[in-house]
Amino acid sequence: MEHTMRLMLCAALMLLSFSLLAENRVQEFVLDNGMKVIVKEDRRAPIMVSQVWYKVGASYEPDGITGISHALEHMMFKGTKAHKPGEFSRIIAQNGGTENAFTGRDYTAYFQTMSSDRLAISLELEADRMRHLTLPAEEFAKEIEVIKEERRLRTEDKPTGQVYEQFSALAYRSLPYANPVIGWMNDLENMQVGDLSDWYRLWYAPNNATLVVVGDVDPQEVFLLAKKYFGPLKREAIPQLKPLREPQQKGETRSVVKVPANEPYMIMGFKTPVLTTAETSWEPYALEMLAAVLDGGSSARFSKNLVRGSEVAVSAGAEYNAFTRLPGMLLVDGTPAKGRTMQELEEALRQEIGRLRSEPVTEEELERVRTQVIASKVFELDSVFYQAMEIGMLETVGLDWRLIDQYVSALKKVTPEQVREVATRYLVDDNLTVTQLEPQPMENSKPVRRSAGGRHGS
Amino acid sequence: MRVRWLLLLIVTWSGQLWAGPDIQSWQTSKGARVLYVSAPELPMVDLRIVFDAGSARDVTPGVAYLTNALLEEGAGEWDADQIAERLDSVGSEMGASSHRDMAMVSIRSLTEKRALTTTIDTLAEVVGSPRFDGADLERNRKAVLVSLNHNEQSPGTVAKKAFMKALFREHPYATEVEGTKESMAGITRQQVIAHYQRYYVASNAVIAIVGAVNRLEAERLAERVTHRLEAGERAAELPMVSTLEAATKLAIPFPSSQSHILMGQPGIYRGDPDYFVLYVGNHILGGSGLVSLLSEEVREKRGLSYSVYSYFSPMRRNGPFLIGAQTQNAKAQEALDVMKQTLARFIEAGPSEEELTAAKQNITGGFPLRIASNSKILEYLAMLGFYDLPLDYLERFVDNINSVSREQVREAFQRRIQPENLITVVVGNGQKPAQSN
Repeated sequence: MEHTMRLMLCAALMLLSFSLLAENRVQEFVLDNGMKVIVKEDRRAPIMVSQVWYKVGASYEPDGITGISHALEHMMFKGTKAHKPGEFSRIIAQNGGTENAFTGRDYTAYFQTMSSDRLAISLELEADRMRHLTLPAEEFAKEIEVIKEERRLRTEDKPTGQVYEQFSALAYRSLPYANPVIGWMNDLENMQVGDLSDWYRLWYAPNNATLVVVGDVDPQEVFLLAKKYFGPLKREAIPQLKPLREPQQKGETRSVVKVPANEPYMIMGFKTPVLTTAETSWEPYALEMLAAVLDGGSSARFSKNLVRGSEVAVSAGAEYNAFTRLPGMLLVDGTPAKGRTMQELEEALRQEIGRLRSEPVTEEELERVRTQVIASKVFELDSVFYQAMEIGMLETVGLDWRLIDQYVSALKKVTPEQVREVATRYLVDDNLTVTQLEPQPMENSKPVRRSAGGRHGS
Repeated sequence: MRVRWLLLLIVTWSGQLWAGPDIQSWQTSKGARVLYVSAPELPMVDLRIVFDAGSARDVTPGVAYLTNALLEEGAGEWDADQIAERLDSVGSEMGASSHRDMAMVSIRSLTEKRALTTTIDTLAEVVGSPRFDGADLERNRKAVLVSLNHNEQSPGTVAKKAFMKALFREHPYATEVEGTKESMAGITRQQVIAHYQRYYVASNAVIAIVGAVNRLEAERLAERVTHRLEAGERAAELPMVSTLEAATKLAIPFPSSQSHILMGQPGIYRGDPDYFVLYVGNHILGGSGLVSLLSEEVREKRGLSYSVYSYFSPMRRNGPFLIGAQTQNAKAQEALDVMKQTLARFIEAGPSEEELTAAKQNITGGFPLRIASNSKILEYLAMLGFYDLPLDYLERFVDNINSVSREQVREAFQRRIQPENLITVVVGNGQKPAQSN
C-alpha cells in the first residue's frame, strides 16, 4: 500500500515537473556580434531581472593578479565616458531598481531587478559599460581599499574562511581553483589600475557575454532591445584558454590552520569530475545523488546518524557541484559536538564514506532524493532571480541551459550500484585533502568600558 | 541625448501603480488569526505560524529559543527521524526560528494531495503536541553552547550583542535570544514545557498562507494546523523601551584585523506614526546601498569600509536604530568620526529636495519588487498579522511614501534621534593588526 502510494506520488510529480519545463518558456537568440540573449517568461508579477554574464572569473587569473576579476567588477560601477562614477547606481535606483554584481571562479555577472517596463534602461547602461569603462586611477585607489576591507571581513577575521582558503590552496596542485576569488592580500596590494584596463580589454566583449532576462517580458521585444543596445558593440578576439587538468593525486594531504577561535572545524575534499570533463556522463549525476544521500535534508545520513544518532557532530555537511568549468571536489565538512573530539568526528565521517563504498544505498533513499529534487525545481520558480542565475551559470561554464530540464531525468536514472561505483572510484583516501582548524586562544577579548556618561536612568 | 531620455522616463514614473495582493483574514475556531493570499500560478503552498513567544517572554534567557528548536525534534507519535522522513519523502521543507518578538515555524509544500496532507499533519503535531524529550533537550542544549562559542569568535556578532545589551538594559529585549552559557546550562524541561504551554496557544498565534489553494482549502489548512493547540490567551503587553539619557561608549578588544563599529539608540515600533517619515529619511541616510549618504561618505569618498549602512528595525516596542561599518583597525577612529558627522549633518539639515525625490522614486518604483514572490508576500502577511497592522497596508504603502516631506523628515529625525546620547560600540584591536595572507 505504502509503496503504491509512493509510486503514485512520483508519477504525479513527474507530470507536474513536465508542465513546468524550462524549454516551454525559454527563448534563445544570438546577436550578429556573437552575444547570446536568453529570455524566460515569468508573468506572475510585473517585474523582471536582467543579468549580464561574462566568461571570466578567478579561475582565469594568472598568479600575481589574483582577485582582478572581482576588482574589475567593483570598478564597473565607477563610470564610463557617458556616465560619471556612481551614476549607474543612481539611475537604477531612481527607476525603482535594485542592482549588484557577483564574481565567482568561473564567471562575473551584473544584474538589475526592476519593474518590467524599465528593461531598456538596464540594457542601455549595461551595453555602455561593456565597452566604455573609464577606470579612473583616483577611483581605483579608493576602491582597492574597499576590496581589502571586504577581504578582511570575509576571510582574515573569519576562522572558517581561513580554513577554506588554505584547504583550496593545498588541494589543487595545478588548477587555478587553488586561489581565492577575492585574491591574495599581497596581490591586492600590488594591483595597478593598468592591470584592470588590460583585463577589461581581454574579456569584456559581446562575444564573451550572455544576457539573461527573466520576468514579465515579451521575448521578441527583449531581443529587439538587446539588438538595439548591444548590437552595435564590436566583436573581439577572446584569448584561447588552455585545457587545464588536475594531475592525479597520489596520497592523502593534511594540514592544520591555527587562528584565534573557540570551536574546531574541518573540511575534507575528494577530487571528482564534473559534467564538462566527465568521461562517463552519468558519473556527475551519481555524485549529486551521493551528496544528497549524505546531506539532502534532515532525514539524510549525516543528520540522522551523526548529529542525532551517535551525536558526534553538531553540524556536518556534504556538497558537490556538477556544473563548473573545471573539475572540482566533493566536499565534506563538520564541527564536533560538545565534548566530542575532531578525531571522533573524522572517524565518523570516514565511516559514512566507507559505507558508501561497501554497500549500495537503498532504493528508498534515492526515491527520497528524486522527490526532493522535483519539489525543489517547483519551489525555485518562486524566484525570478534564481531562474536567471541557473541559466546564466550553465551557459557561462560552457554547458547548456537545456540541462535544467534534463537534470531530473538524468538523476532519475542513477542506480544504487552507480552511487557505489563513484564512491569506490573517487571517495578514496589517496584522493583526499583534509584541513582542520586548530583553535588558538582568543586573547585580549575581555570587555573594557570607557563611558562618557556611566549608567543612565530609565 | 541619451541622458535626457533617461531623465524623461524618470519624470514620467508616477501613475503606474500596482496595488498590493488581495489579503483575506479570519479566525480559526481555536482563535488563531489567519492572513491568506491566493497565488494559483505555482503548484505550491507556503504556510507560517507565528507565536508571540520570542526571547522577550523569557524568564530564563534561552528558554524561548530552546523551546522553538525542540518542536521538530519529536511530536505526537513521531521522533525526530520520523518527522524528518515524513517531510523529506514528499519533498517538503520545514523551518523553525525564534527571535525577540516572534517564534515561528514555516513549511513549504507542493499542493499535490499526499504531499500537502503529510506536511500539514506533521506541522500540526509539531506545534500542537511536541514531546520535549529529555535526550533531545540535552543534545540541543549542547548545540546552543557550541553556537554561543561560535558567536564569540565573530567580531561582528560580539559587537551586535554588546550593542543590544546596552540599548535595552532592563527591558525584556535585552535578553540574549540564544541565552548565555550560564543560563543555558541551567534550563530545565519544566521551564520549556511551561513556556510552551503559556505561549504556544491559538489566541497568541498568527497564521500566514500564500499559495495555490482556494479560500475553503486555506481555512481547512489553518484549522488543521491549530486543532491540537489550546485556545489560551494572548501574551501580556510588553513594557515600553526607555530612551537613553547619556552617551555610552564600549571598546571591546578583539584579535581581528578590522574594527566593527556600531552606533545607535532605540528607534521606532511597528505602527509608529513616524514610521514612513523615518523610513524614507533613513533610506537617504544609509538604507539605500551604494547611493546612500553614509555609503557616499564612508565607502565611495574614502574607501573606509566594504559595508556601511543604517536601519530602523521596528518591533512590538521600539527596536534599534543602528548605524554600522567595519574598517581596518588603524582607520577605526576616522570611520567613526565620518559616521557621526554624516548623521549629525543629516539631523541638522535634513534631506535635499533631490535626495527626497530620488528616494521616493526608488521606494515607490521598486514597490512591485517587494511583493513579487510568494515568499515575500508571506513575510508581509506574517508581519502585518503579528503586529496588528491594517490589511490595506500594502495598498496604501506608495501613497504613504509619496506624502513624506523634507520638513517632516528633518523634524522627525530631530525629535527622535539624540546624537549626544548615542551608544557606540567598537570591537577590534587598535594596537596590532592580525597578519594577512
